[in-house]
Amino acid sequence: MDGVDGVTRVPYEKLAKWLTSVEPEFLASRRAQAELLFRRIGITFAVYGSQEATERLIPFDILPRIIARAEWAQLEKGLIQRVKALNLFLADLYGPGEILKAGVVPSELVYRNPAFRPEMAGRRVPHDIFVHIAGIDIIRTDDDGFYVLEDNARTPSGVSYMLENREVMMRLLPDLFGLHRVAPIENYPDQLLATLRSAAPRGAGADPVSVLLTPGQYNSAFYEHSFLADKLGIELVEGRDLFVKDDIVYMRTTEGPRRVDVIYRRLDDDFLDPLAFRPDSALGVAGLMGAYHAGNVTLANAVGTGVADDKAIYTYMPEVIRFYLGEEPLLKNVPTWRCREKEALAYVLDHLGELVVKEVNGSGGYGMLVGPHATKAQIAEFAAKLADNPTNFIAQPTLALSTCPVSVASGVAPRHVDLRPFVLYGPNGASVVPGGLTRVAMTENSLVVNSSQGGGTKDTWIIDDAPLARA
Amino acid sequence: MLSRTADNLFWLARYMERADFLARILQASRRLATLPRAYGGVETEWESALLSSGAAPAFHAAGLTVDEANVTQFLAFSPDNPSSIRNCIELARVNARAVRTALTVEMWEAINGAFLELKAFEQASRSAEEVTRFLDFVKQVSAAYDGGAHRTMLRNDAYWFSRVGLYLERADNTARLLDVKYHVLLPETEAVGGSLDYFQWTAILRAVSAHTAYHWVYRDSLKPWLVADLLILRPEMPRSLIACYESVVQNLDRLGKSHGKQGPAQRHARTVFGQLEHATIENVFHNGLHDFIQSFIADNHRLGALVSEQYLF
Repeated sequence: MDGVDGVTRVPYEKLAKWLTSVEPEFLASRRAQAELLFRRIGITFAVYGSQEATERLIPFDILPRIIARAEWAQLEKGLIQRVKALNLFLADLYGPGEILKAGVVPSELVYRNPAFRPEMAGRRVPHDIFVHIAGIDIIRTDDDGFYVLEDNARTPSGVSYMLENREVMMRLLPDLFGLHRVAPIENYPDQLLATLRSAAPRGAGADPVSVLLTPGQYNSAFYEHSFLADKLGIELVEGRDLFVKDDIVYMRTTEGPRRVDVIYRRLDDDFLDPLAFRPDSALGVAGLMGAYHAGNVTLANAVGTGVADDKAIYTYMPEVIRFYLGEEPLLKNVPTWRCREKEALAYVLDHLGELVVKEVNGSGGYGMLVGPHATKAQIAEFAAKLADNPTNFIAQPTLALSTCPVSVASGVAPRHVDLRPFVLYGPNGASVVPGGLTRVAMTENSLVVNSSQGGGTKDTWIIDDAPLARA
Repeated sequence: MLSRTADNLFWLARYMERADFLARILQASRRLATLPRAYGGVETEWESALLSSGAAPAFHAAGLTVDEANVTQFLAFSPDNPSSIRNCIELARVNARAVRTALTVEMWEAINGAFLELKAFEQASRSAEEVTRFLDFVKQVSAAYDGGAHRTMLRNDAYWFSRVGLYLERADNTARLLDVKYHVLLPETEAVGGSLDYFQWTAILRAVSAHTAYHWVYRDSLKPWLVADLLILRPEMPRSLIACYESVVQNLDRLGKSHGKQGPAQRHARTVFGQLEHATIENVFHNGLHDFIQSFIADNHRLGALVSEQYLF
C-alpha cells in the first residue's frame, strides 16, 4: 500500500482512510463470513498427497489489491504483446523453425524439452492459434516496476477465484465498493465463450459446440472446471463422455451422439489420447489426436504449448518478442541466470544464499530453493543437484517484491503478492479482463504465493479515478 | 444432455430420497420401541427397520445384535453399510459434485451444506436427543433439496431424470415398508385389529406423514386393508405406489417428448401404472399382499434398468 518513500500510494488512499474508520472486529467478522461463504459454495481445491483434507479452502483476504487504470492500461498492452509473440513463436517452432535457424533460441532447448510434442511438428492448428487462454504471472517491485515472473501457456487456472472473489467482496463490503469505481470483470465468461467459438475449425457450422474437458472431480482444479462450464453454459465432459469415429469427436448424450467442435481442455497433453501419448491414461479420448490432425476439432489450448512456458525458454522471451514483432518488450523479464551457461552457473553457485533457484519444468512452487530462507544443509544439497544437471535450472534475484495490506488476526499487515491476469486470444483479437488473480503469501516475509504452498488470494481492483502521479 | 449427467442426477435423487426414508423408518421404530411391553411383549421393531431398509443381510453378516443402538448406528451412521444415511448423503454429494453444472445453486448448497454438517453429527454422541436431532436434520435436508429442485430447476431433461429417480426410489421404499409391516411386524398370535397392531399401523402411517391424511380420506378407525389401500392405490396420497407411478409416467413422457421418441422405459412404466389403476384392494388382498408387492418391487427394479439402457447410462 505504501511506496518506497513510506507515503500511501494514490490508488490506496481511499482504502487507507476507510480502514481507519472501521473497527478491527468488523474486519474479523467479515473474514469469518467470507470463509463461511467459500465453504458453503464449495470453492475448494484438492491437495495431492494430503491425508487429512482432500478438499481445502484457499485462504481469502478481504482487502482489495488496487491498481490505477493508467497503470493497468500499460500492463494490458504488454500482456497482449507477449501472448501475440507466444503464438507466433509456437507456430514457428512446430512449423519452419525460423527462430532456431536464426540462432536466437538454442534449438536443443526446444527439441530436448519434455513439453515439446514431436507429434505436432509440421502440423497447422485451426487459425494458427496455439494459446487461446494465457495466465501471465506478474510481480511488482518496490521501485514500481512490473516484471513477468512466468508465462502459463498450458492450462492456466485461477480464473474462478478471480470471479468468485469479486462476488464475495461485493456481498461483504458494499460500502468500500461505493467509494471506488471498480472495473467490472463479470464479462469474462462471455469473452471466453466467444473466444472458444471463434476458434472453431473452419468446417464447423455457424453454431459450433464447445465443451470443457476435465480430468474429473478428484482433480485439484475441479471446482474451477465445473464453475466455468456452468458460466459458459457448455457441457463439462470427462474423457469417457467423448468418443471419436471417422476422425470426428462426439459426446454421448441421452439423445445419442452429438458432434463436438471445440474442446477447452483442462487436461495435460500427456493424458489427452492414449493412442498418441500415455497409453495408460484413462482420462483421455482414444483417437482425439487423429480428429485434431484432420482439422475437425479445436483444442484450446493447442497441444504442445508447454514448450513456450518453460522456465528456460522464458529467459528468451524478450528476444522472442523482438524477433517476431520487431518491437521492444513492454513488460520486463525478471533478470535471470541460465544455469546452462557456464559463467551464469558459476555465479549462481557462488551466490546461492541470495538467489531463488527454480527447476525449469517445476510448477506450483515445488522443486525450488529460496536462498535467503534456506538452511546451510538445504543449500549444499541444492548445489549438488545444480552441478549435476545445470540445464535443468534457472536462478533469479530475490526482488524487493511489493506488498499489499492484508487483514490478519492482529489487524492489517503487509504481505507479498503477485498477479495473474488472464489473456484471451482468438482469430478476432485479444482481450484481457481488467484485474486478474492476486495471490498472497499469507505467511509473514514469505515470497511463496502458490496455493499448494499455503498461499491465499484477494480481489484485484482496477480503479478509474486515480491519477498516476503521487499526491 | 450427457448420459453420465443423466445417470448422476437419477442416482443423486435416489440417494436423497433414500436418506429421507431411512430417517423415517428409524423414527417409526423409535416410536414403537417406546410402547409399554404390556401391549405386545415381542420386540420386532428393530428387526423390521432392518428388513424394510433392505440392510438386514449386511447387518447380520456383520454379526451384530439387534438392538436400538446397533440398528441406529448401522442405518444412520455406519460407513460399512453402503446404504446408511451417512453414505447416502456422501454418495449424493459425490454425484452432485460431478454434475454441479446441472444443479442450481440452491440444490448444491443444500447437499454440500448437509455434507459439512454431517461431519459434526458423526462426532456427536448417540444420545436419544442427538439422534432425534440428526433424523430431523436428514428429513430437512431432503426436503430442502427436493424443494430447491422443484422451485429452481429448469423444466428440462435434468429435472425429468431427477424426478424419475426420486419417484422410482419412493415407490420402492413404500412397497418395502408395507411388505415388512404385513409379514414381520405383526406377531402371529396377535389379532389383526388388536391394540399392538393398531399402534404399529399408526407408526407406519406416521413414518410416511400420513396419519392425518388417513382420517381425512377414510373417516374411519385404522384398518390394515385401508392403510394398504392408502399406500398402494390412492392417487391423492403422495407416497402411494399409484401416485409415484403417475409421476414416473409423466416425467418419462416429457423426456420422450423432448427427445422425440418413446422407448421401452415409457411403455413399461405405463403398463405398471395401468395395473395399479385397475387394481382394487379386495383383489390385492385376495391374491396375497406379499405377492403383489414382491412383483411390484421387481417391476419397479426393471424400470430402473430400462431407463439406464434406453438413455445409455
